[in-house]
Amino acid sequence: MDKYISVPLTDEDAASLTAGDLVYLSGTIYTARDAAHKRMHEALERGEQLPLELKSNVIYYMGPSPARPGRAIGSAGPTTASRMDKYTPCLLDLGLKGMIGKGKRAPEVRDAVVRNGAVYFAAVGGAGALLSRAIISSEVIAYDDLGTEAIRKLEVRDFPVIVVMDPRGNDLYETAVKKYGV
Amino acid sequence: MKILNVNEVTRNIREMCIEANHFLSKDMKEALQNAADAEEAPLGRQILLQLHENMQIAGEDMIPICQDTGMAVIFMEIGQEVRFEGGSLEEAVHEGVRQGYGEGFLRKSVVKDPIIRENTKDNTPAVIHYEIVQGDGVKITVAPKGFGSENMSRIFMLKPADGIEGVKEAVLTAVRDAGPNACPPLVVGVGIGGTFEKCAFMAKKALTRPVDVRSSVPYVRDMELELLQKINSMGIGPGGLGGKTTALAVNVDTYPTHIAGLPVAVNICCHVNRHVVREL
Repeated sequence: MDKYISVPLTDEDAASLTAGDLVYLSGTIYTARDAAHKRMHEALERGEQLPLELKSNVIYYMGPSPARPGRAIGSAGPTTASRMDKYTPCLLDLGLKGMIGKGKRAPEVRDAVVRNGAVYFAAVGGAGALLSRAIISSEVIAYDDLGTEAIRKLEVRDFPVIVVMDPRGNDLYETAVKKYGV
Repeated sequence: MKILNVNEVTRNIREMCIEANHFLSKDMKEALQNAADAEEAPLGRQILLQLHENMQIAGEDMIPICQDTGMAVIFMEIGQEVRFEGGSLEEAVHEGVRQGYGEGFLRKSVVKDPIIRENTKDNTPAVIHYEIVQGDGVKITVAPKGFGSENMSRIFMLKPADGIEGVKEAVLTAVRDAGPNACPPLVVGVGIGGTFEKCAFMAKKALTRPVDVRSSVPYVRDMELELLQKINSMGIGPGGLGGKTTALAVNVDTYPTHIAGLPVAVNICCHVNRHVVREL
């Protein structure tokens, strides 16, 4: 079922989503991948503030290619989410409401998704040119020195994702493979 | 004896890096189109159509097909009658990558040291494989490799007694474990035989063979077809979200090996299986 949802994500909107839903996100999301997660983790360990508000927000695991002049962003598809698994439960417990990536998550992530009523979305891996068209603006807000791995604030309009893991812990990767596997 | 200036190598590699990241080869495009026509899962078909549209946009807008524009893997097949002038061949290859990734607005994804992890900011160095062949030609293949799929690749040092069934099980295990992480539909490169590093090299190079060309060795050809059929029965599907299109091709190469061994390497590639070939 197709749904149009605004981000940041409210508790009610998150709760309304079910694994398998096609969702178009509009509003503000943030990018962070391997190096930015490591730095955020280290900042939390030192008791420091994070460079972004986690509450109700959605993190997109993505490092874009450089934007050509006059464009908001370059190619902008998802990276493999499992590399962030080590850091994710803590971020969810601090209020992170959604993640966009691709690929399977660890059981600890699923537990934290359920515990916090959060959602894990997949964007189509390898469709970075198509996905870039749904990104209206991009601004580096932290860790500029990380280049493509810096934290970016993105304004998106009808950004297409699929609910893989819903707040009840249903996992589309598991159910879909069973459905179509022989 | 043919004399070639290394500047020619730089110029060609610069162009090939940009071309490879914006345009897929004809065989890959056709395979994706055929898969979209045949896919039964509604979501799977929709994803394949998105991938088709993504490719159109990439070529028209000159925006990379995938943001992971890869580490540049370069195969240099150099005729033994060729002599290079004008400087270091190795540096000329890296310079081509440097220029291509800079001028082409491609992502710089290479870190200088695997532990310290500081970005080199120009996507160099490339990974270069040199082969000396007969004649006076130079064949360059530029194959940017993304790491979503590279990370799911495997090597198995099987026992001779494991035989062909052991090899098949190894390939299926690698693909099953890769699941949605490696951006299916996949192209699966397999190297069987040789030594530890030789089979990995063969698996990588097998990815550059067109997906509609089967092995000329009868038993290898049969194995390629059987593995493809079994992989596409797993249900993983496009994007790992269910369906019949988990792989577009399985390309297998073999080499003589030791009496005590049966090395098998499985190099997994996503649907953005990029490679551009030029002969100088």
